[in-house]
Amino acid sequence: MSMSERFADSFAFENQGSSGATARPEPGQPQTNQPYVDLRNVSLVYGADDEQMLAIDRLDLQVRKGEFVAVVGPSGCGKSTLMKLVTGLLQPDGGAVFIQGEKTTGPVRSVGMAFQNSTLLPWRTTLSNVMLPFELVRPHRQRLRKHYDEYRERAIRLLEIVGLKEFANKYPWELSGGMQQRANVCRALIHEPPLLMLDEPFGALDAFTREELWLMTQDLWLKQRFSAILVTHDLREAVFLADRVVVLSKRPGRIILERTVDLPRPRTLQSTYEHGFSEIVTEIREKILEARA
Amino acid sequence: MKKSKTRSHAFVPWITTLALLVVWQIVAMALGSASLMLPPPTAIAHSITEHYDVIWPNALQTLYTTGVGFAFAVVMGMLFGLAIGASPLIYRGIYPLLIAFNAVPKVALVPIFVLWFGIGTVPAVVTAFSLAVFPIIVNVATGLSTIDAEMEDVMRSLGANRWDILTKVGIPRMTPYLFASLKIAITLAFVGSVLSETIASNEGIGFLMQAASSRFDVPLVFAGVIVIAAMAVIAYQLCELIERRFTHWAKRGK
Repeated sequence: MSMSERFADSFAFENQGSSGATARPEPGQPQTNQPYVDLRNVSLVYGADDEQMLAIDRLDLQVRKGEFVAVVGPSGCGKSTLMKLVTGLLQPDGGAVFIQGEKTTGPVRSVGMAFQNSTLLPWRTTLSNVMLPFELVRPHRQRLRKHYDEYRERAIRLLEIVGLKEFANKYPWELSGGMQQRANVCRALIHEPPLLMLDEPFGALDAFTREELWLMTQDLWLKQRFSAILVTHDLREAVFLADRVVVLSKRPGRIILERTVDLPRPRTLQSTYEHGFSEIVTEIREKILEARA
Repeated sequence: MKKSKTRSHAFVPWITTLALLVVWQIVAMALGSASLMLPPPTAIAHSITEHYDVIWPNALQTLYTTGVGFAFAVVMGMLFGLAIGASPLIYRGIYPLLIAFNAVPKVALVPIFVLWFGIGTVPAVVTAFSLAVFPIIVNVATGLSTIDAEMEDVMRSLGANRWDILTKVGIPRMTPYLFASLKIAITLAFVGSVLSETIASNEGIGFLMQAASSRFDVPLVFAGVIVIAAMAVIAYQLCELIERRFTHWAKRGK
């Protein structure tokens, strides 16, 4: 059984079990083509007074509901700043960020986030780490105590999908880097957030583990269909996972290329060696080189 | 193989202690009549058994004042440490004062404590507290300030408020720092208690040593030293035991 099949089975069961409990917010007008994330003319300045630096310059970016967007660009182009803007952890100095048509004024609730360094808590087991969002996100935090077993089941099922079930009671430092990152992505997705932010999540892993985790991420996305923004240096990673790749320029970050990736899903590792795939990668690479010159 | 190695390591502190006592004994015997100033361990042991009835209640008194002072130091140290670690404003406001307070020799403060509280138990408790509280504050505040910025982002994007971040990340992250400071604080608490008893008390090991010293009963003075040292080592080991229980995750791969 392939990973995606296993995944589909598990979540079909899950949807029966907790159809009323899932917290996927329904948009007000489901038929409109309103983007889920909408950055309008956003600028951000770093530093104070005389040493100001423009990190992001009048950037427009839309992410539709259920769309997977990858952001690539040279280092220091403000990719991570972009992540913070979208999640409302930073407020733009110019323009505005809209999530589901609503202007953000503070941290956006129930976003899943995963960073390059897995931010697992070392004093918690893998299972307990993955269950952390249930302790924080409404309505789960009110229900957790009463329905603990149900939530625990849910977390174990997700760990099983990514092959970490046997490690549920291990501590993060007992896990390999790849396993930690898997658990990290699980934690970001366990509460089925409508938006997943990935900030170079596989950057510190070896090539084989990284590709394995691409497959895992794609499987999870195909089933949950969250909107996702992936920040990465790796063009193959961006093209493999994304529906659309956005290329940022050197600081101050501006969009210099948007490329739709219309390769069929699910994509396989084999497909990354095929012509259509490498063509897109090459095209993006040339654009980046052009921008650096 | 590994187990037998750790077991043999368990003997090492006893061997070194024994070696020290043997050397001490030899030196004291070699000194002859001058050993009046440095009584041999055998004489000290004899003094301990002989004055057992005096040492025991005084040791309990010292243990009591140390324990109470230490307990207050833990509570106040955590409160101040959490406040300082959580708020840059409080840090700015209080930290210089704390450093100033810590720099004052506590010997100089004991007479003031005596003026305020009379002689005996209370100044000993207060002195123990005043010495023990500082390392706890510093370590708790340091522990809190080591929270990973990315972890905080993750928490906030999950809708965590400041309290959630403090209880779910800050305090667990701080515990290894707290327990490390407790080991230092407990020994300092002993120092504070004995210091105060020596200056202004009529009970406790510090008083006993002071009294024995004025009667030129040198073996009894040393008996006091040994008793304090033993109590401090036991208290330290207790702290370490508790530390291991609560922060096993911080000592990986054991």
